[in-house]
Amino acid sequence: MTDAKATAPAAPAAPATAEPSSWTLSIRNRLERGLPLAHLLPDRQPFYVGSWVYIFGVLAIGGLIWIMLSGCLLAFFGPQWWHQSSTGRFVNSIHLWSVQVFFISMVLHLWGQYFMASWRDGRAKTWMIGVVIFAFSIIAAFTGFISQQNFDGQWIAINAKDATNAGGVGSFFNVLNFGQMYGLHIVLLPLMVLTLVAAHIVMVRIKGVVRPIEHKQGSAQPTGEEKPA
Amino acid sequence: MDAPATYLSWNFILISIPNLIVIVGMIVVFAVALIAPFPKHAEIVEPGESRDD
Repeated sequence: MTDAKATAPAAPAAPATAEPSSWTLSIRNRLERGLPLAHLLPDRQPFYVGSWVYIFGVLAIGGLIWIMLSGCLLAFFGPQWWHQSSTGRFVNSIHLWSVQVFFISMVLHLWGQYFMASWRDGRAKTWMIGVVIFAFSIIAAFTGFISQQNFDGQWIAINAKDATNAGGVGSFFNVLNFGQMYGLHIVLLPLMVLTLVAAHIVMVRIKGVVRPIEHKQGSAQPTGEEKPA
Repeated sequence: MDAPATYLSWNFILISIPNLIVIVGMIVVFAVALIAPFPKHAEIVEPGESRDD
């Protein structure tokens, strides 16, 4: 059966700003409006970004990358390797110290952003996502200490069970259940942290870095927000 | 290494020396980050400089 439409010349592609006629076009239009590449990958930054305070967020991301890389190796080779071989202990130590770098950088980043009130000018969601990242990171670190497979891990779990039971979460978050803690630690919690960190970075890119508090909008100084970089 | 840490206590505050060192170190790093000069980069747009390029 011949379909007249099939032999007709292809219609010109709808412009990106046209009324969405499909969900793919709708998503494409929204992404092009909300995530311009000039914002996602800027080549210029406003002058106030020239401060060491802005390094802490990047340091936290660096720590997170090392956590993920060393964590993949630990998950692949297993507890016997990370406790009994010298290479395993080395990677285990990298994993531990990357966590220290991640948390210290994250707290310093939090201090910096708190004192510059970086939730201003429509950045509340970025701030709140950062808070949630912090909370999930604490749970991820906690399940990691429980998953060590040594006496330290057992001691932490046995003491923590009283707190989780008293808090009413012990029935579905059982710190004595190694399988549950390890599964949460290597799959669900990293997935949550990575997804939220990606969202956090994209939102920072969209909105730009917050202006210093004393900087008034409309002055001659560039803010980095009036135009795409 | 296996010995328990020494603790400082003052009123209701109880903190181990290692934890205190970490917290003081973080405060020092934060203060240094606020006052230390940042090296100039071409990507940084100085006040009064146009960003249209």
